[in-house]
Amino acid sequence: MLKRQHMPIFVTIALFAFMFIAGSFRYTGFFSAQVLLNLFIDNAFLLIVAIGMTFVIISGGIDLSVGSVIALTTMISSTLLQDGWSPVFVIPLVLLLGLLFGGAMGAIIHYFKIQPFIVTLAGMFLARGLCYVISTNTITINHAFYTAVAQTKVTLPGGNFVSISVLIALLVFAAAFYMAHYTRFGRNTYALGGNEQSSVLMGLPVARTKIGVYMFSGFCSALAGVVFTFYMLSGYGLHAIGMELDAIAAVVIGGTLLTGGFGYLAGTLFGVLIQGVIQTIISFEGTLSSWWTRIVIGLLLFFFILLQKLFSSRGPLQRNIALDGKKD
Amino acid sequence: MEERRPILQMRHIHKQFPGVKALSDVQFRLFPGEVHALMGENGAGKSTLIKVLTGVYSIDRGEVELEQKRIVIQGPQDAQAAGISTVYQEVNLCPNLSVAENIFIGREPMRFGRIQWKKLNAAAAKLLEERMHLKIDVTQPLHVYPIAIQQLVAIARALNISAKVLILDEPTSSLDRGEVRQLFDVMNKLKSEGLAILFVTHFLNQVYEISDRITILRGGEFVGEYAASALPRIELVSKMIGKELKLLEELPKQPAAAEKKESGILMEAKSLGKRGAIEPFDLSIRQGEIVGLAGLLGSGRTEAARLLFGADAPDQGSLVIGRGGSAQTPRRAIDNGIAFCSEDRKGEGIIDDLTIRENIVLALQASQGWFRSISRKRQTEIAGQFIEALNINPPNPDQLIKNLSGGNQQKVLLARWLLTDPKLLILDEPTRGIDIGAKAEIQKLVMSLSQKGVSVLFISSELEEVLRVSDRIVVLRDRRKVKELQGDEMSEQSVMKAIAGGGEG
Repeated sequence: MLKRQHMPIFVTIALFAFMFIAGSFRYTGFFSAQVLLNLFIDNAFLLIVAIGMTFVIISGGIDLSVGSVIALTTMISSTLLQDGWSPVFVIPLVLLLGLLFGGAMGAIIHYFKIQPFIVTLAGMFLARGLCYVISTNTITINHAFYTAVAQTKVTLPGGNFVSISVLIALLVFAAAFYMAHYTRFGRNTYALGGNEQSSVLMGLPVARTKIGVYMFSGFCSALAGVVFTFYMLSGYGLHAIGMELDAIAAVVIGGTLLTGGFGYLAGTLFGVLIQGVIQTIISFEGTLSSWWTRIVIGLLLFFFILLQKLFSSRGPLQRNIALDGKKD
Repeated sequence: MEERRPILQMRHIHKQFPGVKALSDVQFRLFPGEVHALMGENGAGKSTLIKVLTGVYSIDRGEVELEQKRIVIQGPQDAQAAGISTVYQEVNLCPNLSVAENIFIGREPMRFGRIQWKKLNAAAAKLLEERMHLKIDVTQPLHVYPIAIQQLVAIARALNISAKVLILDEPTSSLDRGEVRQLFDVMNKLKSEGLAILFVTHFLNQVYEISDRITILRGGEFVGEYAASALPRIELVSKMIGKELKLLEELPKQPAAAEKKESGILMEAKSLGKRGAIEPFDLSIRQGEIVGLAGLLGSGRTEAARLLFGADAPDQGSLVIGRGGSAQTPRRAIDNGIAFCSEDRKGEGIIDDLTIRENIVLALQASQGWFRSISRKRQTEIAGQFIEALNINPPNPDQLIKNLSGGNQQKVLLARWLLTDPKLLILDEPTRGIDIGAKAEIQKLVMSLSQKGVSVLFISSELEEVLRVSDRIVVLRDRRKVKELQGDEMSEQSVMKAIAGGGEG
């Protein structure tokens, strides 16, 4: 059953399919399962942050701190590993830190009623700044566990392979999907984005949901940071600059409304894949600057925002307008 | 009747806001299996009383008993848990979620930490069908359904939280006739099942149609509790207003419509239309004339008004104001002497955090340009004049407007536009959600304006009101102008016929 509200996501999927097929016709060697899998391998961390971001945006908020939290995670991980800590402690620690960082921002947003934009902007500067307190240089990671994870290829039937990071990302995706559609937390997130005032009056746990959403995003950022260390094998304060914007772009291209209340994780997945496929096409082209990725993504964003506008102005996606003033 | 014990009893309720005594020594009783109307003018304390019951406000003094047990309500969740559920005029649900979800969110059937969607949808469908006689696809998002259905869904949600007391706060304000009927059927059914319903409305007809008993508040005080059958309408009104006044009946019927025919045409629209909003219509308004715009909700009344004011751009037709003036944008319309009071007071009219004075001078200041400021003294003077002329309460120009009741907010809005000396005043539902006293005052004001040569386009859902004030009535149906009535043709019968579509195609 094709419902109206599913339209944007179908546009996203169709666009991805179109791009992949177009690339396959233009470049030899493009049309292969491995190219498709590489999209996942190269964007596993982006997928993880974008999943957290999807929840935040569905709840009607935004989280600008995610890129910085990734960088901070790589810094803390690499420093502690250098000091001889075991990954068994390092990884849970950074995940916990991400959770707490997100939770703190969520608490400030909720209890002081401050716009998420400004709170997470502060969080972004704070996390990025903390990186340089640790070190201004790149710290390489040569712990056996990390290099092993980085080099492990999980072979799939047919001889293709993915990395462990991809498995982590897909696991997060499955968990998030379940959370969004089959748990109260997920549904409360949608309700919150639909109408916060109503959510309060309906007796939903608004505080818990809102803080939980930012905690989840913080956790996802930290996890993406861990995956990023597997990918880069280093910690550096300049890692993942602007990644928050890539994540937001992926979510929006995936059909999630920036105003909250509408959106699907599957859309986000394809939003990430579209960004990946653009990069792949550009690298196959060979002569184009990688900045073309940004240009194409910029154009796509315009297109999708206009598309959303079209859908929301045609249908009554807008909030019910309060028809009357105060009464007594 | 005497032996029954009230399910809800409120005694000696006091509530004070900074500078205002909202409730003093108010009492209220609610019996199971009755519909009890809470009546009062704007500012009488109805909303405050309801907010006390729903836990939005706490009380200063007094006691609330539910089923003979004293309770203290500390928040909306508390009230719901105690069995007091409220459905507001503005439906407080999430439009993006499905109907079923809106009913059950927060209490979804779970199994192993997993929401049982099939069970949830089936339960919702059953609940709506059995208790509301409503057969709809519960998996559709709520926003695809009209307000009336959304309200029934809200009631279904309330009932599902095992409500003992259901509060309906102005549920009928934005419903059309058929929808009100549907709501009343549901209310009657629930009543017969033993639910206690507290009903707030401004429509007197509805009060008498559905209520068993009536409690009247005035100025934050308890006036009395009466059986609906024992309280004649006129007495109810006088008790609400507190004066032995037959206000509405005494309003003079608009005189000298013929005279106005002589006056010049102020505005003329020729086949003005906008696709999807309103089909092309002709309309001319003479100087000093009051033209009523009648039609059901959604018939295109507001859309027509917005075209005339330039708030929406027409895609065909022409509009001339005075001698060659136009209204392509609201700014241009204002320059040409048109003023528009929107029906969405909260969203498009008043600015909550400004004072009465600041809200009044807003339009004047804008028309003067921001660099020629109006002195504080002059502002207070102006505000004082209008507060007196329009009887705005409280008569304090420095009161924040958000603390005013709906009727008084409406008067402030009117004052704002009157200050700019408009030639044509477009009033979109100026009396919606306000009480009879204020209604009568606004109607009177409209008539006196017209005598001073101001033209008025008067939009209202209340036929009676339109008939009373208008010189001429334009009837809209299904986004089309279907009839224009004047003089002796204007009667409740003829207008209703036109609205219903009995007349011409």
